[in-house]
Amino acid sequence: MNAQSQENGDYFASQPLQPLEIERGERLLYRLTEFGRILWEVGIDVGPRKMLDLAETLDYVDITNKEDFYTTLKCSLLAKHEQEPVFDQMYLYYWYMRDRQDKKADDAPGAAKREERRMRLPPSELKRLAEHLNAPSEQHKAFRSEMRESERRRRFEEHSQEDDDDAADPQGTAYSAIEMLRKKDFESFTWDEVQEAKKLMAEMRWDLGLRPTRRKRPARRGSYPDMRRIVRRNLKYGAELLELTWREIKYKPRPLVIICDISGSMSMYSRFLLHFIHTISNGLLNVEAFVFGTRLTRITRQIKRRDVDDAVRDVSKTVQDWSGGTRIGDALHLFNRKWARRVLGRGAIVLIISDGWDRGDASMLEVEMDRLQHSCHRLIWLNPLLGSPDYRPLTIGMKTALPYIDDFLPAHNLDSLISLGNLLGTIDDSRPVRSAAARRKAVAEWSKTSV
Amino acid sequence: MDQEQLTTIEDVQRAMFIQRYIADRSLATSVFLALKRRKPLLLEGEPGVGKTEIAKVLAAILDTKLIRLQCYEGIDVSTAVYEWNYTRQMLHIRLMEVAGINRQDELKEIFGPDFLIQRPLLQAIDPSNTQAPVLLIDELDRSDEEFEAYLLELLSDFQITIPEIGTIQAKEPPIVIITSNRTREIHDALRRRCLYYWIDFPTLEKEYSIVLARMPGVPEQLARQVCAFVRELRSADLYKAPGIAETLDWISSLLALDQMELVEGAVRDTLGALLKYQDDVLKVGGNEMYRILKKVQGVS
Repeated sequence: MNAQSQENGDYFASQPLQPLEIERGERLLYRLTEFGRILWEVGIDVGPRKMLDLAETLDYVDITNKEDFYTTLKCSLLAKHEQEPVFDQMYLYYWYMRDRQDKKADDAPGAAKREERRMRLPPSELKRLAEHLNAPSEQHKAFRSEMRESERRRRFEEHSQEDDDDAADPQGTAYSAIEMLRKKDFESFTWDEVQEAKKLMAEMRWDLGLRPTRRKRPARRGSYPDMRRIVRRNLKYGAELLELTWREIKYKPRPLVIICDISGSMSMYSRFLLHFIHTISNGLLNVEAFVFGTRLTRITRQIKRRDVDDAVRDVSKTVQDWSGGTRIGDALHLFNRKWARRVLGRGAIVLIISDGWDRGDASMLEVEMDRLQHSCHRLIWLNPLLGSPDYRPLTIGMKTALPYIDDFLPAHNLDSLISLGNLLGTIDDSRPVRSAAARRKAVAEWSKTSV
Repeated sequence: MDQEQLTTIEDVQRAMFIQRYIADRSLATSVFLALKRRKPLLLEGEPGVGKTEIAKVLAAILDTKLIRLQCYEGIDVSTAVYEWNYTRQMLHIRLMEVAGINRQDELKEIFGPDFLIQRPLLQAIDPSNTQAPVLLIDELDRSDEEFEAYLLELLSDFQITIPEIGTIQAKEPPIVIITSNRTREIHDALRRRCLYYWIDFPTLEKEYSIVLARMPGVPEQLARQVCAFVRELRSADLYKAPGIAETLDWISSLLALDQMELVEGAVRDTLGALLKYQDDVLKVGGNEMYRILKKVQGVS
C-alpha cells in the first residue's frame, strides 16, 4: 500500500481519476481521497500530506474492523475537539448512507458521476455543517459588490420590524466632513457615512497595553546576566569577567476578549460594532470575539477573515439570535464555564459591549460579573447609550453589573472608539482598585453626575 | 516489553490494562498508531481524565525511561533543551591558563559534551539511548508560542543543533506524548504533525472498572455509589466538573474515614476532595447533595 499511497498524493494534484484505475483495486484510496475532499468542503483542514499519512497509517490496522477504521481516520485527520461532531456526521454520511446510494448507480461513468456526487451532499446538511465550522461555502461568493449589498440591506429592512430609515436610503446624502462624522452617533449614520466610517476605522491604529512575559531577551542593559554570551565574550581575557552582557524581560501585548451584545435593543449599533471588532482583531494578534443575545456564540474564526464584509456576513450566518432578547447573565455564565479558562489566560482585557437591557436573572448576572472581573486583568464595559448626556444606568442589568466594571465608557461614535483605543494603549501592570468601597463609590457617582 | 511485541490494538489494550490503565478501544488504537507511525500523540481533555498517565503507563509497558518536560510560561532552550555549565567552563579555563595550554585547544575543549547540561528534550534524542524513551511534553498550552515553534522543528526531525557542537540526531526517535488542557489554543502547525485524541469523561461502567483496577480492595458498594455520585455531579452545572483523578482521591479519603458506603456526613466532610471551587461546594452542599445521594443509595 505504500507505493499506492504515493500515487494517492498525486491524485490530489491531478484529479480526475479514470474509472479504469479505480477498478484496479485502488477503490479504497480513491474513496479516502474523496472523503478527504468532502471533509475539506465542510471546513476541516485535510491537506494532501495528511491524506498521504493516513494511507500509510492504514497499513497498520485491520481496515475490515469498522471501529478501528473509524478511529484511525479520526485520529489521523482531526486536529480539534470542536470538529468531532462534524467529522462524525460526515463519516456516517460518506461511509454508510452514501454507500447505499452508490450501489445503485455504480456503473455510471467516472468523471461526471463524481461531479454529480459532490453536488449530492444534502444542502441543508452542508449548510448546517458550514455554519458549525464557519467554512467558506458557495453562498459566500454571492452578494459580492457594494451595490448588491445595499440592495440586500433594503430588502432586509423591508422585512424587518426595526426601522433604520437612514440606511435604507443610499441616495440624497452627502459625504460628511470627517470631523462631523467622528462626533455623530452611529445610530443616525446614513449608508454612505457607514462606508466612510469604515474607511476611517480601517486607518485607526490599535495598541494594547503590554504585559511582562517570563521570557527574556538580550539587551544592552537589564537585570539578568546573559551567561552564555558572557562566557563567550570573556574567553579572550582568560575567564576574567570584564565585559558583561545582560538580558531583560520581554513584553508582549495583552490578549483582548470582546463580548458584544447583538440583541434587539442594540440592533442600531451591532452591525457597525462588528466592523469595529473586525478592525481591532485584524490589527492585533490576540483577539477573541464573542457575540450574544440569548445565547453566546464565538466568532473569533469568522471575524479573522480579511475582508470585513465577508467577515460580517459570516458572523451573521453563524449567529442565530440576531435582534432577539438579551440574557447577559446567561451569556456570561456560559462564557465563564466554557471559555474563560481557554481565553482569559495571560492577563487578558475583557471588553463587553452592551446597553445593559437585560431580561435575564439579575442575581445570576451579579455572580457572573464578579467571577469575570476576578479572572481578567481589566474589565471594560462599552455602552452606546452612554453617549447621551442625560443617560443614567438605571436598568436592572446595568445597575447590577456596574459595581464590577473597571471602566465604563461610551461607544456611540468614532470619537468614543478612538478614546477607547487610547485607554487600551495605556493599560499597564497595575491592578485597578476593586474593593467594596470603590464599588459603592462608582455606583453612587454614576447615579448622580452627568456624563 | 518490546515495541515489536505490540502487534495489534488488542495487545496495546491488554498491556495498558495490566498496568491498571483502562483504555477504550479507540484510545488504544490511537496509542497503537502513535507507536507504529512514530508520530507524536496529542491528547486533550478535561483535567484529571488521565492524559499524563498514558505516558507513564507507556513507559512502564515498554520498560523504557520516561522523560518528562513540564511546560510553563517562559520555558526556553536553556531549561528545555540544553545549557552550558558556565561555572565549570570558567574554572576549566583558569586551570588551563595555569597549565599553559594554548587557546585553540582550550576552545575546543570547553564547548565539548563534558560541559553540556542536558535538559529533557536533549536527553530524549540522545544518540546513546539504546531504547526509544517516552517523552512526555506535559501541558503544552502553558508554554508560549515561541516554544511551540521550536518544538515543531524538533518533532519533525528529532534533531537538535547546538552551534558549538553540531547537529545531534536521535538514533531511536522517542515516543512523544503531548498533553494540553486548552488554556490556550495549540497552533494548527503543531496539530498537523500529531495524531490527535480527545479523552472524554468515562462512562459509568468504565469509571467503575477504573476504580476497581486502581484501588484494589475497595468495597464494591462504595465504588459503585461513588461512581454514580460523580457521574451525577458531572451533569450538574459546575464550574469545574470532577475528573477521574478526583474520583480516586475521594475514594481514598472515604476509605481513610473507614466508610463502607456513602452516607451524608462523610460526603459532606470529604466534598473538598471532589470540588475545588467554593461556588461549586455551595451549590452542591445543600439540596443537590441530598437529591444525588438519595438517587445513588436507591440504585445499589
